[in-house]
Amino acid sequence: MTHGLQATLRRVAPQLMILAAVLLLNVIVFPDFFRIEFQNGRLFGNLVDVFNRGAPTALLCIGMTLVIATRGIDLSVGAVMAIAGATAASLVADGSGWVTALLGALAVGVLCGLWNGVLVAVLRIQPIVATLVLMVAGRGIAQLITEGTILTFVNPGLIHLGAGTVLGVPTPILIWIGLGALITLGVRRTALGMLVEAIGINESSSRLAGINSRVLLICVYLVTGFCAALAGVIVAADIKGADANNAGLWLELDAILAVVIGGNSLLGGRFSIVASLIGALIIQSVNSVILLSGLPPEFNLVIKALIIIAILVIQSPTVKHALYILRASAESAGVDTPAASASAPLAKSTETAR
Amino acid sequence: MKLKSLLIASAMMLAPASVMAADLTIGFSQIGSESGWRAAETTVTKQEAEKRGIDLKFADAQQKQENQIKAIRSFIAQDVDAILLAPVVATGWDEVLEEAKDAEIPVLLLDRTVDASEDLYLTAVTSDLVHEGEVAGKWLVEEMAGKPCNVVELQGTTGSSPAIDRKKGFEQGIAGHDNLKIIRSQTGDFTRSQGKVVMESFLKAEGGANICALYAHNDDMAVGAIQAIKEAGLKPGQDIKIVSIDSVPDIHLAMAAGEANATIELTPNMAGPALDALEAYLSSGTTPPKWIQTESRLYTLKDDNQAVYEAKKGLGY
Repeated sequence: MTHGLQATLRRVAPQLMILAAVLLLNVIVFPDFFRIEFQNGRLFGNLVDVFNRGAPTALLCIGMTLVIATRGIDLSVGAVMAIAGATAASLVADGSGWVTALLGALAVGVLCGLWNGVLVAVLRIQPIVATLVLMVAGRGIAQLITEGTILTFVNPGLIHLGAGTVLGVPTPILIWIGLGALITLGVRRTALGMLVEAIGINESSSRLAGINSRVLLICVYLVTGFCAALAGVIVAADIKGADANNAGLWLELDAILAVVIGGNSLLGGRFSIVASLIGALIIQSVNSVILLSGLPPEFNLVIKALIIIAILVIQSPTVKHALYILRASAESAGVDTPAASASAPLAKSTETAR
Repeated sequence: MKLKSLLIASAMMLAPASVMAADLTIGFSQIGSESGWRAAETTVTKQEAEKRGIDLKFADAQQKQENQIKAIRSFIAQDVDAILLAPVVATGWDEVLEEAKDAEIPVLLLDRTVDASEDLYLTAVTSDLVHEGEVAGKWLVEEMAGKPCNVVELQGTTGSSPAIDRKKGFEQGIAGHDNLKIIRSQTGDFTRSQGKVVMESFLKAEGGANICALYAHNDDMAVGAIQAIKEAGLKPGQDIKIVSIDSVPDIHLAMAAGEANATIELTPNMAGPALDALEAYLSSGTTPPKWIQTESRLYTLKDDNQAVYEAKKGLGY
């Protein structure tokens, strides 16, 4: 158990350091960044916002990590969010309770996942193309459900999922941490995670080894659809309305980016959901820097691009290797320090990036 | 049932005289359903045509210029009396407008203009985005009456012309009043959720007590911001004054509850002035000006916002 925890910590150490660096950037532009108050029955502070606003990307990247581990990709998650939000809103508008609305939205999300899964696993269409279908068509479907308007609702139960709090903690934070923990344990305490990795590394040989790759692939897309639907409900509940045009727009790209920042390979194989989740927090912290800096919005995308490029360059194997060599030669030059841990070169590089 | 009442209504309308209007067939090429406002514009255009007994042929372009060009060509082939066009982009219209001109069919532009020679269209009916921002700015100047006030601004999508012009107009409106200061300005992408997120960061970065007014480039962002203000334990409309643009139904609902203070209408009725100009042109040959500016009406808490909401919510916003 402790060994597993240690291994996880070692795996996510680079991501944690990048997160720390970006949070430090936040403190530089806004010194009160870490101040958290208890106000109005809820935790109130910038750090809380990072966790709260990062919820949709975090939820998406849970499923996305699994899909990418199978050497797939799911471009439809943003559109599935819009469909799920629209479904939940129209259900409560028709007089259903929030539980029915939530279950309905989740069911629709799973259905979308099934569609993607069947296209990929049974019809053998390349994932990027297969999920593109729903990415393009999904928003149209969502608009059909809302009839082109922003469908608003006042159901307190549903609103609570996005804007409410439990013991002062915003509900979305609890939802993404809960689901993240559940799925991580689900794939790591069983052999499922290893089987998913096996498919990503070599599907044919994994099938020959007896893995039912077709069913497992479909299941992975089901999970992604489920996560996307949950994110969609949260986003709709947050603004008390389903905005089919804008809900989850381009969020699939943020989710993929979170997975990449999490150090997962787009070529499939080994994966870490925890690292992806930290990746999602990193993205949200970058957004937070931009908002707090008070710079004109023309700079938003430039700043974001620069920070992301810096993060990816630091993580690139070439740079990692170069830094390792640099460090090793410095050590052999006479400094008598104990052997560096695996993450040490990265710690150094994060500092230089600042 | 609906058709019957429509027929009776138009028959009654036509009965007095207006022989000319009875024969009018007009084609309307609409962009598509990109926003609630667009849907309302379609509804109002249909209503305006119905009121005048005009046979309106409607074509939805699904946000594609090629579909609009196709629609205009088919209107020309059907030999309509005039064409209403809400262009999706500004460029690339010369050829098809030339064809309409050769067929002697007047083209009237709604809501947006095109980069083409002015003699290719009869008139353009649009709102003045700068003016809208200016009305908002002047309202705030009057509301504050010289008291110091820190303003935060939620901009539209960066680089879009409504964002640029509404920002410029507001700055013109408050120019010379040093008591009003824009302390933060950030984009909320014209959406509710971004409006809420950005307002949250404003409230934390500046402190809620330090912000006295919010200017949002559209109502949707203001609606999102209202929720953020409430969650921060402040009273929107009182602790923080809110002025925005568009006049969508939901902002009137917020105003009826005292949670927003003012909105400037971007009227969905572009077709009314256009059809008036067209009828005058066809009956007496009066050439309308090349640009007809629609009214940018200011709604405040003095108006009956509940009634405005009821009237607007059926328009498809």
